Amino acid sequence: MNSVKVFIPKDSASKSVGADEVAQSILTHAQKKSLEIEIVRTGSRGMLWLEPLVEVETTRGRVGFGPVTVADVTSLFESDFLSNQNHPLSLGLIDELPWLKKQQRLTFKRVGIIDPLNVEDYQKFGGLAGLKAALKLAPEEITKTVTESGLRGRGGAGFPAGIKWNTVRETVSNQKFICANADEGDSGTFADRMLMEGDPFVLLEGMTIAGIAVGATQGYIYVRSEYPDAIKSLNSAIKVAKDFGWLGNSVLGSNFQFNIEVVVGAGSYVCGEETAMLESLEGKRGMVRAKPPLPAINGLFGKPTVINNVLTLASVPVVMSEGAEFYKSFGVGRSLGTQVFQLAGNVKQGGIVELGFGITLKELLEDFALGTNSNRPIKAVQIGGPLGAYFPKELFGVNLDYESMLQHGGMLGHGGIVIFDDSVDMSQQARFAMEFCSVESCGKCTPCRIGSTRGVEVIDKIINNENKRENLTLLIDLCETMTDGSLCAMGGLTPLPVRSALKHFAADFGLEKEMADVTA
Amino acid sequence: MSLLKETDFGTPESKSSKSVTLTIDGQAITVPAGTSVMRAAKMLETSIPKLCATDSLNSFGSCRLCVVEIDGRKGTPASCTTPVEDGMVVRTQTQKVEKIRKNVMELYISDHPLDCLTCPANGDCELQDMAGVVGLREVRYGYEGKNHLNAPTDFSNPYFNFDESKCIVCSRCVRACEEVQGTFALTIEGRGFNSKVSPGGTDFLSSECVSCGACVQACPTATLEEKSVVDLGMPNRTVLTTCAYCGVGCSFKAELRGDELVRMVPYKDGGANEGHSCVKGRFAWGYASHPDRVLTPKIRKSINEPWQDVTWEEAISYAATKLKEIQGKYGHQSIGGITSSRCTNEEVFVVQKMVRAAFGNNNVDTCARVCHSPTGYGLKQTFGTSAGTQDFKSVEKSDVILLIGANPTDAHPVFASRMKKRLRQGAQIIVVDPRKIDLVRSAHVEASHHLPLLPGTNVAMINALAHTVATENLIDWDFINERCDLNAFKKWEAFIKQPENSPEVVETITGVPAEEIRAAARLYANAKNAAIYYGLGVTEHSQGSTMVMGIANLAMATGNIGREGVGVNPLRGQNNVQGSCDMGSFPHEFSGYRHVSDDVVREQFEALWGTNLQKDPGMRIPNMLDAAIVGEFKAMYIQGEDIAQSDPNTKHVKAALGSMELVIVQDLFINETAKFAHVFLPGTSFLEKDGTFTNAERRINRVRPVMASKTGKQEWQVVADLSKALGYEMNYQSSAEIMDEIARITPTFAGVSFAHLDKVGSVQWPCNEANPNGTPIMHIDQFVRGKGQFMETHFVPTEERTTRKFPLLLTTGRILSQYNVGAQTRRTKNSTWASEDLLQIHPSDAELRGISDGEWVKLASRVGETTLRALLTSDVPPGVVYTTFHFPVSGANVITTEFSDWATNCPEYKVTAVEVMPSLVGPEGNGEMKHSDIQNQERQLAKNV
Repeated sequence: MNSVKVFIPKDSASKSVGADEVAQSILTHAQKKSLEIEIVRTGSRGMLWLEPLVEVETTRGRVGFGPVTVADVTSLFESDFLSNQNHPLSLGLIDELPWLKKQQRLTFKRVGIIDPLNVEDYQKFGGLAGLKAALKLAPEEITKTVTESGLRGRGGAGFPAGIKWNTVRETVSNQKFICANADEGDSGTFADRMLMEGDPFVLLEGMTIAGIAVGATQGYIYVRSEYPDAIKSLNSAIKVAKDFGWLGNSVLGSNFQFNIEVVVGAGSYVCGEETAMLESLEGKRGMVRAKPPLPAINGLFGKPTVINNVLTLASVPVVMSEGAEFYKSFGVGRSLGTQVFQLAGNVKQGGIVELGFGITLKELLEDFALGTNSNRPIKAVQIGGPLGAYFPKELFGVNLDYESMLQHGGMLGHGGIVIFDDSVDMSQQARFAMEFCSVESCGKCTPCRIGSTRGVEVIDKIINNENKRENLTLLIDLCETMTDGSLCAMGGLTPLPVRSALKHFAADFGLEKEMADVTA
Repeated sequence: MSLLKETDFGTPESKSSKSVTLTIDGQAITVPAGTSVMRAAKMLETSIPKLCATDSLNSFGSCRLCVVEIDGRKGTPASCTTPVEDGMVVRTQTQKVEKIRKNVMELYISDHPLDCLTCPANGDCELQDMAGVVGLREVRYGYEGKNHLNAPTDFSNPYFNFDESKCIVCSRCVRACEEVQGTFALTIEGRGFNSKVSPGGTDFLSSECVSCGACVQACPTATLEEKSVVDLGMPNRTVLTTCAYCGVGCSFKAELRGDELVRMVPYKDGGANEGHSCVKGRFAWGYASHPDRVLTPKIRKSINEPWQDVTWEEAISYAATKLKEIQGKYGHQSIGGITSSRCTNEEVFVVQKMVRAAFGNNNVDTCARVCHSPTGYGLKQTFGTSAGTQDFKSVEKSDVILLIGANPTDAHPVFASRMKKRLRQGAQIIVVDPRKIDLVRSAHVEASHHLPLLPGTNVAMINALAHTVATENLIDWDFINERCDLNAFKKWEAFIKQPENSPEVVETITGVPAEEIRAAARLYANAKNAAIYYGLGVTEHSQGSTMVMGIANLAMATGNIGREGVGVNPLRGQNNVQGSCDMGSFPHEFSGYRHVSDDVVREQFEALWGTNLQKDPGMRIPNMLDAAIVGEFKAMYIQGEDIAQSDPNTKHVKAALGSMELVIVQDLFINETAKFAHVFLPGTSFLEKDGTFTNAERRINRVRPVMASKTGKQEWQVVADLSKALGYEMNYQSSAEIMDEIARITPTFAGVSFAHLDKVGSVQWPCNEANPNGTPIMHIDQFVRGKGQFMETHFVPTEERTTRKFPLLLTTGRILSQYNVGAQTRRTKNSTWASEDLLQIHPSDAELRGISDGEWVKLASRVGETTLRALLTSDVPPGVVYTTFHFPVSGANVITTEFSDWATNCPEYKVTAVEVMPSLVGPEGNGEMKHSDIQNQERQLAKNV
């Protein structure tokens, strides 16, 4: 009998709930029983409530069991889980699970399926096809394809990637750089990490395509220090890619040269802001630069630089292999392709949902999240990280695309969706937004540096019923000053959660009457 | 901050040749592309409120006061970081931006002490000004919130305080330290509300701060404030003048309160420094009112007698009578004088005039003899003029800098900052120096090549560099054919190509690998613009003049002369070395470097001065000293120079002084030389002088009296009085009249007058009818001498060699905080940084001799010995030791020898064979005097005991 393949994630989220121990236990049991199994450590499928998720390869496809604890392993073997699916933790065919079946996985298509560092697996599931396609094109044709695909920056700003690339391509310089922003610091986001751990080659491939397109020979991946597994995974992948000639002086035997280095961040939220990231990459204090000059013209070490989020770059290979038309067949309006949503917070089913833009928040909450973990009603949802707006029930019908979000005073950001039940006090959430900013601000511009601290104080005064009307006016003024006056999005967007909390949850501040007057 | 406000455009000037037209508040303006909206507005005299912007620093965009509205653009961009665009329509005063500005100011003031009335910066504070400009009337946040009001003040720096409670975190200080000074000592520490300016370590004094004052000047509030302003109050009047330390010649605003000098602030419109300064010029001026200053003339019959205070008349008459007596007894040539590079052009001119016209001989020399006399000789031979070829600004266009025997970060700090700025922009530097100086490797500086040659092997090195150029086809033939004397070139080419000059042979002489020499030569020769800067490490050698000519050869061979970014640039040691040489201080030359034997020139002088002049050159300083020892030279007039400390072989100098019958010293202090004097004529500090200094770039700067002369007389008046008493009358009503005479008789100064300088600020000579505003770059179309003259530069090793007894080579130099013999800086708080001379020795040489760091060591040469502390450092290579000569107690020149440059007698300070051994006791134990003893002795002498 051939050995049976058992898939167990080594994603750090899975490991945090015992995936390593489960894997070890399964191996020990199998050896004891002289069962031939091959354990493949994969990324996570993104169904975090099912982790550790154990999958077994069958002739029908992969079947799953989860969440599996070490205590369950004996019973799994007793139920002969390698060939039977009658264990209480059995989930049946993984691909048939509604959570996965309803998704449109393009960027995440291999995550959870393959051994992240296995070059055959990578290619078997479509890897390198994008790079090979790109190598057949002239640089300007690559940027044209990316532009036509409608791919926009997944870090939050949503700037068209192809246009940015083209600016870098057209800027004459002896050296250009590709920087992948993997300083994923937004609360409730983890897609970059899961991708880097679960399919690191796709990021390298996307960066290489970018390098060829714009004429850059060196790439950097700026990873936050809180992601040790992703750092390890990327470094291993880079080594493998070099060994196989995917990176190096002759990419896939071509005349193109491209190398990638991983740079570990020093623990600052604001280094996710692209210009602060450049400063940090240059070895300086992570402080925001004024724009212009645009990094595309004057970026890392003063050279033209493509800075894209991990997901943006990881979406490029599929754009190149399947074509712009294919990619833009997903999504709506000017928000084309897929967005990797991340469900988090007080949620029953948290994890990765990759879907074309335009799905409603309601669908995500009802079809995927299935409500709160506390089983209490959802009161608010924050979309787009700590600087994103809070949405009340009345607005759950909003379409999740760049334009609709903007229309409703929000932003999609990096696709993080954090759910709160009805026990949340939104005045405290507003206060937290200001507090977060006061701690994480780089300290460069005045509205952000001093304003955020004053914001906390003014909200405290409101909560303590001190001169509520005057302090509300002051808070609104402060929000305006921060929005209009700040140097970067950090201070500029901090008022977003504050204003949305005030607008939709005035009662939590005891400001129903005052807010009504302000709106009137 | 300062009293006299130069226009601040907020952001630096754009150098673009493209122009852009935009409209600001309805007014159209055309400016260079790349100009900021803020600067363009200021050009229309529209001041946009600002705090973090100032035009000496790149735009930063942090304060957010300068926001404007631009048609068609969303939001409110900061005008400092927004470049102009064609057709842009900007509005600087709208309801929206005014509200943002007021609200931002409200945030600032919510975390700022409300003590304006008692604040030292009251009236000189941009935060205060801006609060007024934006119309802030209340702070709605109250003052109970989180704040920094109790943050401590750092008093550690002797000259300024850092009061963190007043800091608005605009980063101007941090940026000034980086962009202007290039030291990178400051940073912002922490983030968010906790962001604060930090000197890195525990305080400013223990940090890497070099106390240049750029941060203090950049600070818009009282956070970084001069202690003198805190103590004395805000100054109320300004006098523009020139620093009297090194040859950079920085322009300063002397700010006074009544007659009391409160602070010196670098002047932005000063051509040499453009608003920057160093710790000496900015802060170390307190010596001018030090109690050690002697203000009353003194005489004594013999040096063993106590001094007697006398009137000016008595002193002058005593000196004149003695001089006449001596000349009567020992002959015309038995007296002479030395001019000072610390004095003004006018003061120097009258001294040499007194010697030539009243003494009736040419026995005049200057302290440049001991520093840059080879520069004068070497550049005159090759280019035709005894001066550097460029202005300081030229370095902004250099692609490769070849630095030889100079340590600008210590000795010429303000120019070093310019150089470092250019290096940060991408220019490359080659350092030829035995030591690992800061420019070899320091913050954001790394030399492409460091050639650590053995002291005394300069000429071999320059020949090897030129050999590489000549043999690797790196010669600029167009330049040679058009600009140089071809016969001389051909001879030189044949000489330089000889194998003895090859890097491979020279490697055995200099100790520098041949490949490194070749690579450096290629880098220099292939650069678009390559410039040579050099210092006393070139001149103070037995082949100093040869080396200067070797440098000139290399520059000509590669065509690096006659435009911006190139040239041969001596970094002059003293404020007026260039000027004292220009003024005719050498025994063989009248002003403007014209030989005394030139009948036409001499007759002009005779006609103007109404007296007969000698046609034979007089004696140089060493000749005068030697003649004194053999009893032929008996009297010397010494203007502001301490030859007993500064000149080599102190024993010999002191013996010479001791054998004279009359030594007249004109100085601020009773110095080492004055101990041998019979007449002491109190001098004036630069703060009292009215005249001009000429810096290393030939820039003639005005020195204006900041205060009345403390002695009651200008120095030139004293000289004129003495001259008159000797029977030769000088009738000047003012120092301006002296300059008028200089201009009348000196072609290169023809266009110079105080009135002209007061009008244009400064000029670089030649300044004449053809170049009324001076000549920043020389030899543009042709050399002053016509064709450039190549000179053969054979390497002749110095006779000063290491022996078994003296196996190490000593070389000397300057440190940042002290200056030359220290007469000034030792009398300031600069001694906080360095209070003694240290002997730098390589750890391996130290270990061999059982010497530990900080221990006393005895330093001996064949002529003398001294005791000082050892500093173990691998900045000096094995076999080489290094020290400074700032403190009389260590008397570094006790050990330097009588060897000197073959052409000019410039002493060979930079090479002395020595031995170093541990010493159980300090100088006093070795029979030498302690520094405090020397000071006490000086004070006692001054008090006429």
